[in-house]
Amino acid sequence: MLKALAKGMGTTLRMLLRRKPTIRYPYVKKERSARFRGRHELRRYENGLEMCIGCELCQVACPAAAITVMPAENDPARPNSPGERYAWKYEIDMLRCIFCGLCEEACPTEALHLTREFELADFSRQSLIFGRDRLVNKHTSPFKVPHHVYPDYHGWRPVHESEAEHAPAAESGAPASSAQASERGAARSEEAQPA
Amino acid sequence: MEMTNNQFFLTSVEKFVRWAQKSSIWPLTFGLACCAIEMMNLVSPRYDMAQFGAEVFRSTPRQADLMIVSGRLSNKMVPVIEQVYRQMPDPKWVVAMGACASSGGIFDNYAIVQGVDEVLPVDIYVPGCPPSPDAVIYAVLKLREAIASGQAHGGVMRA
Repeated sequence: MLKALAKGMGTTLRMLLRRKPTIRYPYVKKERSARFRGRHELRRYENGLEMCIGCELCQVACPAAAITVMPAENDPARPNSPGERYAWKYEIDMLRCIFCGLCEEACPTEALHLTREFELADFSRQSLIFGRDRLVNKHTSPFKVPHHVYPDYHGWRPVHESEAEHAPAAESGAPASSAQASERGAARSEEAQPA
Repeated sequence: MEMTNNQFFLTSVEKFVRWAQKSSIWPLTFGLACCAIEMMNLVSPRYDMAQFGAEVFRSTPRQADLMIVSGRLSNKMVPVIEQVYRQMPDPKWVVAMGACASSGGIFDNYAIVQGVDEVLPVDIYVPGCPPSPDAVIYAVLKLREAIASGQAHGGVMRA
């Protein structure tokens, strides 16, 4: 009997000396992998413009129908995003969301990103519908605006007017048009100041 | 009514009772779906919820204070969950764990209740599919603070 007791207590003693497996959660947080999918964020370009162009592809891709996007046209004087439109209303119902990351994959501008933040619990359903105020980043990211992607945007005009403007440029040949393009690029970098 | 001028004793007792309530929220073993697998992890040595007073999962509602609704609730299950909730002694709290329990999640169809708050008074919602055990521990800690400050009384069943 004594032998069995000693054996049992020996096991206890051995376990006592072993490294504790417990993560002391509120004080020490577990290291998440880079691919962990938590709370969403809408990123900004380095000049402060929002990357989201309000294309609604994330809304279409979402299997839980948790995302609501309502785009609006940019004001050319004070644009929110480099494109023609921006997400005027952007809501994610965190309680519907299953954090599958399909929205992140669907996003053509890589604006939507799932962070590693997981502490989201709250007391009401309404407070867990995240809007633009909680989704759009306050800080900028190192991404640069891809100027070759976005066409010039000076506000909405009737189609025949813009066609008339482009017609002489096509006749004058390559060098002139490239000079024009660089001019336009300069004009855009001026107007692309953070709103 | 005579005591309105001197409530020192009563408030102290109430504070003590709240402290006692928040320090021993024993959860109920009530797994409904895949979230229950993460719920099991709560009492594993890795996430050890016993350090916050949620000592053991009780298999009978008579001994439980906290119902963690872990998983989708089907319409067929509603009478069962209502009975189990009634059998729990007051005060009692409900955590809606995961997307399905909180809002129905991706199962927006005829069979699934669109959020357990349609049948039970939910105290705290945890987003995630499934939420990681530390996300649930975060919710329980938040609930503990709410109990201590008197915001979460341990709801009474809707008539």
